[in-house]
Amino acid sequence: MDIRFWNQEIETLAQKDLRQLQLTRLRELVGYAMKTPFYHKRLKKAGISSPEDIQDLEDLQKIPFTVKDDLRQAFPKGLLAVDMEQVVRIHSSSGTTGIPTVIYYTAKDLDRWTDLLARGIVATGAGPADVFQNMMSYGLFTGGLGLHYGAERVGLTVIPVGGGNTQRQLQLMRDFKTSVLHITPSYLLHIHQRMPEFRISPADLNLKKAWMGAEPHSENTRLKLQELYGIDIYNSYGLSEMNGPGVAFECAYKKDLHVWEDGYIIEIIDPATGKVLPEGQEGEVIFTNLIRHAMPLLRYRTRDLAFLHPEPCPCGRTGRRMSRITGRTDDMMIINGVNVFPSQIEEILMSIPEVGNNYQIHLTRKEGLDRLAVKVEIYSKLFTGDLSQLDALKAKINDKLRASITINSRIELHEPGALPAFEGKAKRVVDERDKL
Amino acid sequence: MAKQVTIFLENRPGRMKSISDILLEKNLNIWAFTIQDRGDFGLMKIIVDKPDQAQIVLAERGVACVLKDVLAVIVPDRPGNLEKLTTALLQKNVNIKDAYGFVCPTGKQGICYLEVENPAGIDLETVIAEHGFSILNDKELYDL
Repeated sequence: MDIRFWNQEIETLAQKDLRQLQLTRLRELVGYAMKTPFYHKRLKKAGISSPEDIQDLEDLQKIPFTVKDDLRQAFPKGLLAVDMEQVVRIHSSSGTTGIPTVIYYTAKDLDRWTDLLARGIVATGAGPADVFQNMMSYGLFTGGLGLHYGAERVGLTVIPVGGGNTQRQLQLMRDFKTSVLHITPSYLLHIHQRMPEFRISPADLNLKKAWMGAEPHSENTRLKLQELYGIDIYNSYGLSEMNGPGVAFECAYKKDLHVWEDGYIIEIIDPATGKVLPEGQEGEVIFTNLIRHAMPLLRYRTRDLAFLHPEPCPCGRTGRRMSRITGRTDDMMIINGVNVFPSQIEEILMSIPEVGNNYQIHLTRKEGLDRLAVKVEIYSKLFTGDLSQLDALKAKINDKLRASITINSRIELHEPGALPAFEGKAKRVVDERDKL
Repeated sequence: MAKQVTIFLENRPGRMKSISDILLEKNLNIWAFTIQDRGDFGLMKIIVDKPDQAQIVLAERGVACVLKDVLAVIVPDRPGNLEKLTTALLQKNVNIKDAYGFVCPTGKQGICYLEVENPAGIDLETVIAEHGFSILNDKELYDL
């Protein structure tokens, strides 16, 4: 096996030294966190008023968890630890309906993040000779820009095409002999299904590998896609709260994802009690971001379920490996790589007077792509008896939803009382997608 | 003007029956109906002997429905009369949004139900009368 490193010294740092480095960086981070209105208050309450109060890594557990809603409550600047003059980029959550979440980065934050991405890229064996076609969306979503800069740092030739437009993607792959892709599993499958239409087969292309992320998928999906294309596929994990992609990356062995533990502290907890679980047990993944100073996040609850492999990897990296994501502790849906909460859809629907009380969210998969159908009841009292009203209503719902969740949906209108009504915690999502 | 009950219905088995069941319970009589199809749903339009009562009872059962004014025009059953009627409306720039019509074999006359857009507020009764047709008023209609 050809094992390559971007920064061998740090990637193979002895566990003891790695923990010491984490402690140093954690204390530095707590110093930054104390400068934010949000953590200043919260850490004080937990009995921490300076970095000196963190004596060892165990002290991390004194710090309360941070959750997504904290980011909303702190919007826009409650978690900002530096002057805006030092901030060089923001990313923002795509389309929460109420308050968005925002992530700030200094130039140094981006530099450190980019370096972690470079490690992931090199760990999969990619290098300056590769042509990299980045099919993740650019813009406020971190997936596109993150890998873009990482690949440039390593020296790959980057084609910053972004998502969508299958015909153009195939043409670019052929014209520039693309060797590496960054893509969601559903889109990779979709492209394969459409290849005959453009009279292209994987054999006509120069593809060697793909980094696959943004959507949970099974080992079987990886194996199937590897076979369909004749390439190596590596799993990648990230989230914007932890900078974006590249929090954990698979190495050449493809046996789950190395967490860059000098950049992030990972804990696995029991989501019900908040207690840290013994290594190897499955639970909710908690991250502390050690490399972003503009916006510190301590013990962030990802809501993702996974476990840590206790045994070392033959590649020699000492960063422990986390499993692929096995589930969620909340009701978040991932639709074509976009994170959507049912509550976002509900909020939009309930803001439209002509919509009645009950609704249902239907997810199906066709040609490798997710389809979202939203079924709503019409509100009798505002029914005018005109088809034009109903057509306009459908268009209005779709427009508002797309503005919020960035996804097109098929809107179905139903009679009042026709959809199942639920009491208490409603089960309004019907997911009929085959497992990827 | 006559009154039509316009009903929102999903396009699936049993929906028309549910409406006729409710009307039957109240012994309401349907004289004319049509359905405007829109894929997964449609609008059922009915002319009944007691439209106000029909609308109330349907609404009580949670049915999305409204009363709409329609022109009920009596047209003698002979070639060219629909052309005459539509010409009369076109001359006044009145748009027909939806229409349905039929002939009673016994009466040798037809009735056209027209949903129209008449933004200028033209006296359509007079216009139609000038062309030799008549509009059924509520009372005549409900005495049919």
